[in-house]
Amino acid sequence: MLYGYMAYFSEPKAFLAAARRLREEGFRFEAYAPNPVEGLKEALGDGKEPVPWVAFLLGILGLGLALFLQVYASLDYPLNAGGKPVLGWPAFIPVAFELTILTITLGVFLYLLYVTGLPLAWHPVKHAPNYVEVLLDRYGLFVPVTEARLEEAASLLRALGAEVEEVRRA
Amino acid sequence: MDKDLIKGEFTEKGLIEELLKPVEKPPPRPWWVVLAVGGALTLAWLYAILVTFLRGLGTWGINQPVAWGYDIVHFVWWIGIGHAGTLISAILVLMRQNWRDSLNRLTEAMTLFAVLCAATYPLIHMGRAQNFYWVFPYPNTLAMWPQYKSPLSWDVLAILTYLTISTLFLYLGLIPDLALLRERSAGWRKRLYGWLSLGWTGNARHWALYRAVYVLLAGLATPVVISVHSVVSMDFAYGVVPGWHLTVFPPFFAAGAIYSGFAMALTLIIPLRRWYRLESVITERHLDWMAKVTLASGLGVAYIYLLEIFIAWYSGEPAEWAQQLWRMTGPYAPFYWAMMLINVVLLQTLWFPRLRQNLTWLFVFSLLANVGMWLERFVIVVISLSHDFLPGSFHLYQPTWVDWTLFLGTIGFFLFGLAVFIRLFPPIAVAEMVHLYHRLRGH
Repeated sequence: MLYGYMAYFSEPKAFLAAARRLREEGFRFEAYAPNPVEGLKEALGDGKEPVPWVAFLLGILGLGLALFLQVYASLDYPLNAGGKPVLGWPAFIPVAFELTILTITLGVFLYLLYVTGLPLAWHPVKHAPNYVEVLLDRYGLFVPVTEARLEEAASLLRALGAEVEEVRRA
Repeated sequence: MDKDLIKGEFTEKGLIEELLKPVEKPPPRPWWVVLAVGGALTLAWLYAILVTFLRGLGTWGINQPVAWGYDIVHFVWWIGIGHAGTLISAILVLMRQNWRDSLNRLTEAMTLFAVLCAATYPLIHMGRAQNFYWVFPYPNTLAMWPQYKSPLSWDVLAILTYLTISTLFLYLGLIPDLALLRERSAGWRKRLYGWLSLGWTGNARHWALYRAVYVLLAGLATPVVISVHSVVSMDFAYGVVPGWHLTVFPPFFAAGAIYSGFAMALTLIIPLRRWYRLESVITERHLDWMAKVTLASGLGVAYIYLLEIFIAWYSGEPAEWAQQLWRMTGPYAPFYWAMMLINVVLLQTLWFPRLRQNLTWLFVFSLLANVGMWLERFVIVVISLSHDFLPGSFHLYQPTWVDWTLFLGTIGFFLFGLAVFIRLFPPIAVAEMVHLYHRLRGH
């Protein structure tokens, strides 16, 4: 069964140009690289990552939980320690800080998994015979079989100087 | 000047093959020695823990007034060592320091095992370790809650947050490397890497999000590094014991942590780069920079040693000054002066490029600095407690064989854990190095 076409580039520049071209032509494709490539986000036409805002909201949540925990614990079981006020808020700062950071860290990690769809047990691109190379030192553009103008995309990629191979289940 | 961070001519593929060698090729002979010694000490450690559980804390040397003995000395020592990992990784990634890329994986692994070692000490020091969960806020029939105005409660959360963040940070950095190893290995290794890599594909969109999360976690880990040892220091500074009750403790501990962490990183990296032939990616320049950070943080520590003497005198508090004299002239004076010799006097040798760049001296000094920081914690914990307010309760501390075994055991576990780690996971972050390789070539 044909899963699509994988085009390999050895140079990041040619890879970026091809990604830009494919996007302009309106093809459906995915880009693969062994490391983050500068300028790829623009080539794919992606906007800014909302990660900082997600982190900010998680931080508010964590801070709120931490303050609630400490205020609740202090009121429910009041202890007079050295005559300090029951709600002596400066003493709450360390725990509030740690729990804020803990919430953001765990939350952002889960957000990363959610958005990327990881953990991923299987993906068609892994059937490309030379797939390991896009984790090593080459760059890949994968056109899935769901793309209507599949052959057109493959010949365009060949024209752009890529080495194109079929991705099939063995 | 960053050009020589990767020495020698490599193709991209050649560089990766080189970096994967420790995992894919049979280990060098010293690896087996470290594994065996570490494993044996780990067994001895488990035995000492068993003795502690079966016969109780009476097997330790702690007593009144020295109720915090080797366990807390070693807890603080290990936590301090654990700091350089996250510091190298996180602060240097924020400052865009390219030399971090060769060092972050090893130091992060060092952090993980050091913090694990540290966390065992308060746990077994509780005596009834099975009740450890009492430190957490959970609804219980006594209707009691932890006291959140106490630094001991803060400590629990600070350590656990730090352990979580440093583990997650290490793991996140490993994911792309694990995916590569998954495709290159077979058998049980392929299964292990397959599970751990979460099915990472190298998708460019995933990369963009991954980088954003990675940098964000670095930004968050940085203040946590500082906060953890500050909170540890407040366990002391909140108390009224002479020698503890100082407002300067948080920065003092943070500087000491960075100093001891870099010292331990040097102790590990200098032999490792020779055994694994990593000279082309961990260059003399890397070691030189690490030595400079060691010097800078060590100077902070040395300054506060001198400040402590001044404050003890200037405070006009008789118990404080008596404590200072006890440190300098009492039965523990050799410990105090050895600490001063290493952390104040010998530290100055790192000013001189000829000595700093001499790997033999740098290695010897890094070992000495580890000892020096151990002595510092001994001075703070044991010597302070042995001489408080009432002359009638002055008492010396003598560790037992259980105390010593618990200490050597954690060193063994640390080495054993790192040896296993290096065998399974690349000791140098491959994806980061390739990224650096491209940046150095202006891609």
